[in-house]
Amino acid sequence: MMNNTRRGVLAAVAAGTLAITAAACGGDEAPAAAPSAGGSAAPAEKIEITLNTFGGGENFAYDDAVAQWNAANPNVQVKYVNLTDRFEDTYLPQVLQWLEAGSGAGDIIAMDEGAMGLMAARPQYFADLGQYGLDSRKADYPAFKYDVGLNTEGKLFALGTDIGGMAMCYRTDLFEKAGLPTNRDEVSKLWPTWNDYLEVGKKFKAKVPDAGFVDGANTVYNSVLAQEAGKNGGLYYFDKSQALVVDKNPGVKAAFDYVQSLSSAGLTAKLRSWSEEWNTAMQKGGFATMGCPSWMLGVISGTSGDSNAKKWDVAAVPGGSGNWGGSWLMVPSQSKHPKEAADVLNFLTGKDGQVAAFKEGGNFPSAIPAQQDPTVADAKNAYFNDAPSGPIFAASVAKLAPVFFGEKHAQVKAAVEEVLVGADQGSVKWDEAWTRFVEEGVKAAG
Amino acid sequence: MSLSVDAGSRTRTVPPGPRRHARPPGGRRFWSWLDLRATPYLFVSPYFILFAIFGVFPLIFTAWVSLHDWQLAGDKTFIGMENYTELLADDKFWNSVLNTVGIFVIATVPQLLLALLLANALNKKLRGRLVLRLSVLAPLITSVVAVAVVFTQLYGRDYGLVNWVLGAFGVDPIHWQNEKWSSWIAIATMIDWRWTGYNAIIYLAAMQTIPKDLYEAAAIDGASPRRQFWGITVPLLKPTIIFTVIVSTIGGFTLFAEPVMFGAGLMTGGTTGQFQTVAMFIVKEGFRDFQYGYAAAAAWILFLLIMITALINFAIVRGIGRSR
Repeated sequence: MMNNTRRGVLAAVAAGTLAITAAACGGDEAPAAAPSAGGSAAPAEKIEITLNTFGGGENFAYDDAVAQWNAANPNVQVKYVNLTDRFEDTYLPQVLQWLEAGSGAGDIIAMDEGAMGLMAARPQYFADLGQYGLDSRKADYPAFKYDVGLNTEGKLFALGTDIGGMAMCYRTDLFEKAGLPTNRDEVSKLWPTWNDYLEVGKKFKAKVPDAGFVDGANTVYNSVLAQEAGKNGGLYYFDKSQALVVDKNPGVKAAFDYVQSLSSAGLTAKLRSWSEEWNTAMQKGGFATMGCPSWMLGVISGTSGDSNAKKWDVAAVPGGSGNWGGSWLMVPSQSKHPKEAADVLNFLTGKDGQVAAFKEGGNFPSAIPAQQDPTVADAKNAYFNDAPSGPIFAASVAKLAPVFFGEKHAQVKAAVEEVLVGADQGSVKWDEAWTRFVEEGVKAAG
Repeated sequence: MSLSVDAGSRTRTVPPGPRRHARPPGGRRFWSWLDLRATPYLFVSPYFILFAIFGVFPLIFTAWVSLHDWQLAGDKTFIGMENYTELLADDKFWNSVLNTVGIFVIATVPQLLLALLLANALNKKLRGRLVLRLSVLAPLITSVVAVAVVFTQLYGRDYGLVNWVLGAFGVDPIHWQNEKWSSWIAIATMIDWRWTGYNAIIYLAAMQTIPKDLYEAAAIDGASPRRQFWGITVPLLKPTIIFTVIVSTIGGFTLFAEPVMFGAGLMTGGTTGQFQTVAMFIVKEGFRDFQYGYAAAAAWILFLLIMITALINFAIVRGIGRSR
């Protein structure tokens, strides 16, 4: 009985809150309902464009770009909301719910490459950017980046932001302790191949037993897989007819085997990427190297903080170039201001937006004009001992091979990497791990 | 409460007693009807309307979804009971049931016993009794997520306090997330820390309604305090114990926030599902793999499991003190 009374009170409170919220929404609607009377780019009333992104550390590094836009466009204010640092298991489901519900998503949403196959198969949920003239941007992009933004109906629904040129980040203080060279050119020469990298790891571990040589399974696996995918027709877990090839793609097995050899040699710190312990270890020097796509520089500097500035540096990745990650921006068709959103999207993916993001977070531009801008081409990253991040990533990106993502890429990736982490941390035995890896992949593909 | 509105009886016409108006004119009759018959329903309606929207509708809608292959932001096809048959043969689902029951047992049994003893202690004449009674409730007002975050750091493999203390006794660092037993213990401690005080206060309130003369009589007959506790306190607390057991069962079976935070925010509950609870399984299927139909079926099975377990617990607890 008492419980019911309390619920009744709660209900009344809830009803009151709803009424207030509804009223508040109504207040917001008013200016929105009046569209730009003049018909020009600047609407008569002030409107707000919400930009949803994901990622740890500096994530999309749009603070400066958004400030630039907001200063120049007082009537179209951009609200930049980074929702979470986790893409597959938090951001993507949230976005899909918003799409299905028909409301909730920002006017511009960011999407990681892993879910681009899924989004391309759902043309009904996104505005056709060609309608706002953005197909003219085609010349700005290398074909493999631009084409991923075309949906199954052949319409442009997304434009590229950054790409994941590949490097290897390392801690100079730990390398020094291990008696290894700390100069980035010499470090790059230590590991022309992944096997050399393994050998360096063994030397490191012999001198510095209490730190890992590499963080864990995730970053090395993705670095190796990215290179192997390029060698195997650009395929990851699905072929171009959406059939699962997790057990047939030699690239996947090669990446798996390599992680096993690293982990069995005791070189990993057995950490899961994006976990609290991973963050702490990054700050405390718990591991010495980490596979480093261009966007990871922002993650490292954001997580490690000022006290670790100059302790991290960037060398070439074993095995040459590669691509891991990179994102796109798109306008959901539920946006009330698709035209203004497309304008903002055009700015953020354009030369100025990409250069600003590179300056702020080290996210490497995918648009060619931005790559050629001296700010990018001659850039040094102060946090990483003034490493010439511009040339390092430009070199790795020059040889990028186009890759293909299946509709369920993100789910399969999450499921199989879980097995790798388990094997690395000891809850799965390595001799059973490959069978389980394939099984989990098959289950996740449904 | 002496409010004399009568909503139930149809036989009663007009309240007896002196009338101020001899006979209400036509229009008034409606208002009188509204006042006497409809108003009580209007007063209670907000709860039922909200319950219908947020309770009944989701329940029925979930059942409807569970009969479909329902992809989030994708295709929806009717497949009948297929989700249920697939689910009952799914190792991962049963693993999550085992985890849920396991954590529930190792968390709840010590928790309720401890709460009972704590309540008994607080029922004694103590200095600063109010402060002590309030302080056992303190964990309850902290946020679940905050509790889980702090405990997860305490149980950290590399930088955690628990391993540091164990290390002082020469124990190797334990990777708490890696084994079923260690992860279950870690999660159970989070639950107990938060809820023991809450249950203790409920028991304490019930203890204070037990007449003192029962204890006096027992003391005269020579019953020891222990005998009094088991022979008087516990049997008379039975309705309260049943209540806490059922509430704990529901809480234990829908356990979610603690294991999620403990597992770095993932729904997989450890690399091989060491501590994935049914609630996490449902979220994983629905919101990670986007199989709404399958997740809805799992939600309904969870509902049935809670009903069955609550009934079993009810039967067990009802037997307490009978033999004594």
